[in-house]
Amino acid sequence: METPMIYYIIISTIMFFAGVYGFITRKNMLMMLISIELMLNAVDINFAVFNRYLYPDAMEGMIFTLFAIGIAAAETAIAIAIIINIFRHIRNIDAENLDDMKY
Amino acid sequence: MEYTVIILLLPMAMFLLLGLLDSKLSPRMAGILGTLGMIVCTAVAYTTAYQYFTQPRIDGEFPPVTAINIEWLRFTDFLHIDLGIYLDPISVMMLVVITTVSLMVHIYSLGYMHGEIGFQRYYAFLSLFSMSMLGLVVATNIFQMYIFWELVGVSSYLLIGFYYTKPEAVSASKKAFIVTRFADLGFLIGILILSFYTKTFDFATLTAAPGTIITETAGASFLGCSVAAWALALIFMGGAGKSAMFPLHIWLPDAMEGPTPVSALIHAATMVVAGVYLVARLFPLFCVTPEVLDFITVVGAVTALYAAIVACVQSDIKRVLAFSTISQIAFMMVALGVARDTDLHAGLGYMASMFHLFTHAMFKALLFLGAGAIIHAVHSNEMTAMGGLRKYMPITHITFLIACLAIAGIPPFSGFFSKDEILTAVMNKSLFWGIWMTVVAGLTAFYMFRLYYRIFWWNKPDYSHHTPHEAPLTMTIPLIILAAITCVAGFIPFGEFVSVNGQPYHIHLDPTVATTSIIIALIGISLATWLFLKENKKPGAMADSMRTLYTAAYHRFYIDEIYQFVTHKIIFALICRPIAWFDRHIIDGTMNMLANVTQGVSARIKGLQSGYIQSYAWIFLAGALVIAIITMCCF
Amino acid sequence: MESIAQQVIFYLLAIVIVICSVLTVTTRRILRAATYLLFVLFATAGIYFMLDYTFLGAVQLAVYAGGILVLFVFSILLTSHPGERTPQASIVKRILGLILAIAGTAICTYALITYPFETIPLTGGELDVKAIGHALIGMEKFQYLLPFEAISVLLLACIIGGIMIARKR
Repeated sequence: METPMIYYIIISTIMFFAGVYGFITRKNMLMMLISIELMLNAVDINFAVFNRYLYPDAMEGMIFTLFAIGIAAAETAIAIAIIINIFRHIRNIDAENLDDMKY
Repeated sequence: MEYTVIILLLPMAMFLLLGLLDSKLSPRMAGILGTLGMIVCTAVAYTTAYQYFTQPRIDGEFPPVTAINIEWLRFTDFLHIDLGIYLDPISVMMLVVITTVSLMVHIYSLGYMHGEIGFQRYYAFLSLFSMSMLGLVVATNIFQMYIFWELVGVSSYLLIGFYYTKPEAVSASKKAFIVTRFADLGFLIGILILSFYTKTFDFATLTAAPGTIITETAGASFLGCSVAAWALALIFMGGAGKSAMFPLHIWLPDAMEGPTPVSALIHAATMVVAGVYLVARLFPLFCVTPEVLDFITVVGAVTALYAAIVACVQSDIKRVLAFSTISQIAFMMVALGVARDTDLHAGLGYMASMFHLFTHAMFKALLFLGAGAIIHAVHSNEMTAMGGLRKYMPITHITFLIACLAIAGIPPFSGFFSKDEILTAVMNKSLFWGIWMTVVAGLTAFYMFRLYYRIFWWNKPDYSHHTPHEAPLTMTIPLIILAAITCVAGFIPFGEFVSVNGQPYHIHLDPTVATTSIIIALIGISLATWLFLKENKKPGAMADSMRTLYTAAYHRFYIDEIYQFVTHKIIFALICRPIAWFDRHIIDGTMNMLANVTQGVSARIKGLQSGYIQSYAWIFLAGALVIAIITMCCF
Repeated sequence: MESIAQQVIFYLLAIVIVICSVLTVTTRRILRAATYLLFVLFATAGIYFMLDYTFLGAVQLAVYAGGILVLFVFSILLTSHPGERTPQASIVKRILGLILAIAGTAICTYALITYPFETIPLTGGELDVKAIGHALIGMEKFQYLLPFEAISVLLLACIIGGIMIARKR
């Protein structure tokens, strides 16, 4: 007895919208980044699940997930570098305080 | 005679050079450069005159020469504006007058303006003026004349306002510019009407067939006068503005706020006679509309008398000279007005007018330059600060006396001959105007000698703090040269060169007229001598006996006040202010309202553009969800 | 028997993912958030294992759990004091976020449940690593040398960029 595909997808949906909630409500930029990771992870799961259940003979979904993980790593590294740099300048990493270049 | 173009280009080049370098040049260098340029110009102008008047006569007259004519702007076959140089007896005569006086003023200014701030600028403007004035007289067509006409207006404006830190000078320059500009509006309309019917701007074409304008405008009339008459009257209006004819004369006395050499050059000898020159230039056209000539006669005669009366009571010596200028120019206008036809005798006034223009330019420039020397010495324009100066300034005294005798019409000085021709011409036409003008001539003698005695005789005021001294050489040399010209200019056989139809005219004196005018001039001089030779109570008593007239004349018959009333109380208060209100509150208000609404709305909605990525994300996702819901409901 | 065990493991993973995801975004201590994220990532790796993508699960553990999370922990320690509570967003904002998240979940779930997916019964079992390797560096159809190289260049750029941005001047 197989676990129905829909269960996986519902889990990833919950994970995704948890990420959305975090992204919208948290002020700390690191927290926003963590929320983004959650969303990405949810999407990764979807890729793998769809590949496995709908096209078991192909492996495109899985390869995409691999690349997505690689890109997520790159993105996180750069984002954290920027955040640390900002922290050095204004001793704070709240997104609301970043308005020096506004207007 | 293409080389005559140098006469225009050289002052232009000087203007650019001096104007652009300005304070990079030392004042001395600038003055010498400007003067040298003018010397070359004068030489070329004399050569031109010599060459022109020694050429063989064709049919008894000197043929006009179009030295250069370039098509500048072409709109249609008929409508094109040319620039060129047109030489005929009067323009060549004007070239000589302008360059001579301008050169004198250039030399004189070296001394008079010495040490002034903006000396280089002054010379640059002088060059600009010379260029414009010379361009005006050699214009081949009426539009070129109009262009240079405005240019002399601008340079006059610049030079009157030379002392731009003085509020009087600034308002005087504005006044001069606005009044002449207002008159030029009439000039422009006149040009447009004229060329609309005749299909040409060209002087040669216009004057060759003066009857054309009548045939072309036949049937068209406005307010009871033919359109041709209106066109010429409007053109005359431009001339009247420049030549300070009543009632457009109000700018000229105020223009005396400029430096004195400028008054000599622009407001006595050259620019103010541009109106006379304009009428003379278009004289064949005026001939076919005698009603306009009658109008010119009346305007001229009224102006002459008015200015002469006012000149009798002014206390500022430059103002006396300014009113005297107005009066003398009015003489020229009257002479043109009484001239009829291109017949030698009926058109005597034309020759007389040009002759008087020539002699007047010389002796009036001399008077102004002399007045400048006096002002230079006593540091005041007021008569009360002067008196007994003959001992301190002998050269100025003698030259000034010569000029006074000339303007009063005493032989053998030049003014006698030219004024006599004018009086003869006027007498021939109408006895009434003849007597009128003779009286004005007597008044002229009186006020000139009043001025002379008040300055050089009378009683000395207290000079202890500053003893007057003779002017430097750069100032006295032009005085002497001009005085010499004034002495001999009357014997120039002027009629041989300039006359109404180009035929040589031998000037002969009408004994009756000559005798009368000499007698009346002598009466004027004697009266002035009796009143002003020594300090006494007589002038005051005389003024008291005619208190009303005296006060009115002293205030120039309240013409300025009338202008003030009309412009401020009527035009400004009743027309301009409501329009300004409408503009400010309705038109601007509409625009402001639009701007305010835009600003208000953007202030309200700018919160959306907060820059907070979380708000954006929320809105974006909410929008996506809404679209998803809509999609699911529909399909 | 095996399938029951699988069911149990799946539900365990599901519970961990759901609870830890929610805790990640609701806790006010940022270090704890990172820890909850670690659990979510572990559970995700578990899901990959259950789907027989063992290689993917291994990558997930190595890169995400091992690499990225260490970065997070480092940067958190650099930028905040231990035990510090991050400031809360305004209540309005949180309610709006919550509404959006719940509405989104509901709509997506509804859409997914109502859509008739045609699933194919699982066959084959574990994916061969050799096949993955060939797919990654092959140039045939369904092979990915070019994206692979592109990603490698991207990573190189990230290394340089990260150093450039973060170094002290």
